[in-house]
Amino acid sequence: MSLLSLEGISKSFNGVAALSEVSLTLEAGEVLALLGENGAGKSTLMKILCGIHRPDAGEVRLDDARVEFRNYREASAAGVGIVFQEFSLVPWLTAIENIFLGREPRNAFGLIQRSRMRVDAERLVGRLGIELDLDTPVAALSVADQQFVEIMKALSLDARVLVLDEPTAPLTPSEVERLFAIVRALKREGVGMIFISHHMEEIFEICDRVTVLRDGGYIGTREVAASDAATLVEMMVGRRVDTVFPPRPPLAANAPLVLEAGITAPGSAQTDRVRLRHGEILGFAGLVGSGRSELALRLIGALPASRQMRVDGREAKIRAPADALALGIGLLPESRKQQGLILPFSCLDNITLNQLGRFRHAGVLIDRGSEHAEVERLMDQVRVKAPGADSVVGELSGGNQQKVVISRWLGRVEDVERGMRVLIFDEPTRGIDIGAKTEIYALIRALTERGVSILLISSELPEIIGLSDRVAVFRKGHIVAELEGEEIDAPTIMAHATGGAQ
Amino acid sequence: MTTTHTASTPRRGRSRLTRLLRSPVFYPLIGFVIVFALMALINDNFLSTANLTNVARQGAIIGIIAVGMSFVIFTGGIDLSVGPVMALTGTVMAGLMVIGLPIGLAIAGGLGLGLAIGAFNGACVAFARMPPIIVTLATMGICKGLALIYTGGYPISGLPAGFSFFGRATLLGIQVPILIMLAVYAIAWVVLHHTPAGRYVYAIGGNEEATRLTGIRVSRYKLMVYSISGLTAALAGLVLASRLMSGQPNAGTGFELDAIAAVVLGGAAISGGRGVILGTLVGAMLLAILNNGLNLLGVSPYLQDVVKGAIILLAILIQRGRAS
Repeated sequence: MSLLSLEGISKSFNGVAALSEVSLTLEAGEVLALLGENGAGKSTLMKILCGIHRPDAGEVRLDDARVEFRNYREASAAGVGIVFQEFSLVPWLTAIENIFLGREPRNAFGLIQRSRMRVDAERLVGRLGIELDLDTPVAALSVADQQFVEIMKALSLDARVLVLDEPTAPLTPSEVERLFAIVRALKREGVGMIFISHHMEEIFEICDRVTVLRDGGYIGTREVAASDAATLVEMMVGRRVDTVFPPRPPLAANAPLVLEAGITAPGSAQTDRVRLRHGEILGFAGLVGSGRSELALRLIGALPASRQMRVDGREAKIRAPADALALGIGLLPESRKQQGLILPFSCLDNITLNQLGRFRHAGVLIDRGSEHAEVERLMDQVRVKAPGADSVVGELSGGNQQKVVISRWLGRVEDVERGMRVLIFDEPTRGIDIGAKTEIYALIRALTERGVSILLISSELPEIIGLSDRVAVFRKGHIVAELEGEEIDAPTIMAHATGGAQ
Repeated sequence: MTTTHTASTPRRGRSRLTRLLRSPVFYPLIGFVIVFALMALINDNFLSTANLTNVARQGAIIGIIAVGMSFVIFTGGIDLSVGPVMALTGTVMAGLMVIGLPIGLAIAGGLGLGLAIGAFNGACVAFARMPPIIVTLATMGICKGLALIYTGGYPISGLPAGFSFFGRATLLGIQVPILIMLAVYAIAWVVLHHTPAGRYVYAIGGNEEATRLTGIRVSRYKLMVYSISGLTAALAGLVLASRLMSGQPNAGTGFELDAIAAVVLGGAAISGGRGVILGTLVGAMLLAILNNGLNLLGVSPYLQDVVKGAIILLAILIQRGRAS
């Protein structure tokens, strides 16, 4: 008898099938990896498990008894907990207050029993074997600690099934180890966990079995110990992925400097210098929080800084991102949802937002026909999987959302009048499946062939190593090393990033 | 590989229907039709040409103010100052005419003042990063006080006869206030739906941070929307002063709330990013027929406010249901 089984689950939205006859089982004390490209149906399946969506067909069985959750409350009351990618914590409440939010223990007068909350919370901390300040507002906690609070919240309801939706995406390697320690502790207690991740090494480290979905269909389930990464990737994408990174043509020795920037943060004594040559990819490597994104934001004028800038050898002034754009410098931000896209708007609205001047007619009006045609052309070129230019961006998968952002900047690149000199990609493949990653790498490489220079911020070392011509390594807010050619390898980068090189 | 072209072609037909259903104007129009039909059923006089023209003319003032309010609300902002701005600019126009300025110059002065107050609001919001509700609450009080100081609390009358054109005349058989309103809506429609500036207005309301980072000068367009709001308030002040043939310092009381109600009844999201200008027109006219119909029915003015409030709540409730 399985702890949990999903049998023949089907679900469609607006006539589009998101899942068709997907099944999986989960045993007590087991960690099951759920693997699939973005848009394969993992999130939908988990939302059905947790009562957020209702299946069109199929059933959910818990301890072999059929259950039909009408909402998340019912699911969590029955012992099914989920930790989403986006946390649902109230930032200014403490860990304790968040854990018991909405179901605080009361005394005879209806007042909250803080002492009981504390005892229960401390017991949870002990159970997970972690150290956590329970009295700090969660906004002041690290991302990892916030995630642990989410896990404690789920466990405080006696969750026997725990879903972790890409829990490692925002974590640093050492934080991932702490998370895995928790997962192992829960495993020993008999909690069954469903673990969603795009990282093969994590699946091989922590999971017992793996179920693969593709395009909303069930592909298969394997014992992790009896499988290998290549097999799983093939199951996921339905084809062999041989070369992930596009070939790197040697950079012309006399390639001219496109960008020279000296950036000083307010109140800082240290100036970080960035030099970028024509068609070059400069990687920004470093641990999460090492100041790479901040430097990029200061460079384009989105954060305050004193800047000495030269673009194509000419002195340039930047006070706002609009100035950077006018100079041909653009940013594809780390957080697509908050900083990159207007989710409720169409692909078209998002793509042409910063290039409406291209479709001008009769002075100030927008020629919608040519705009629509251009957007469809760009979306085809980048291979955005969407019904059309009018599709709402928020309804697309993460990989396709990223492709919409890329379509926007590709449009700018191809704009003969205005053009682009430098594009800054901040974590371009975060939360994106392998198939789409490969395509995005190829797109980045193709941009350099059109003469665009790239700043690539990435926390994935293979990405930095596979794409960059040069690498700037960040530590504690500043560039501490610049590597070139043979120097670019994982041990060297990590040594500089962690301070082990000194 | 699925291409966007092959996938999108067969979907067009269905998407037109879903687009109508998703259109922000759809529900306001249905609400309008229901209220209109109810009023017509209950009251025989309602459908007379004279009465309907009257409704549209009365609705024109709120309708004009609501255009500027729409721009502001579409960016996710709010403008509470429009009522007193209308009163102040109306009295200033009247005052300028009384001291002997030509009608055209007096109007230009009043409109310019409205634009300037709007630009001040916009500068506070866009450059000083102050919250719109506080900024416009302050200018609301300031303009109210200035109108009373300027007039000493009394209406300014004795305006040249030619000035009555904007509030009382008819052109091609249509009342001038209605023509002015329709012209303002037509311009607003073109700007919002066919120019880059209009796109940016929605984009700022949809995700200000993303809009800024992609290279749009967000501050500039915030300044623009509050300026437009000040200008349309002053235009409403022109129509009102012309209709009353006097500058009334207290005329604008409560108009900001009716204008906000018109925008929200028109299907706009108060958080910004969603809404259409035609919806605002429907919303303003819905308010106007409500006012008119309740008057014809002899409902007490006190109860009228209660009914209006209840209908606004109902409208928002329906929108909520649709959004989720």
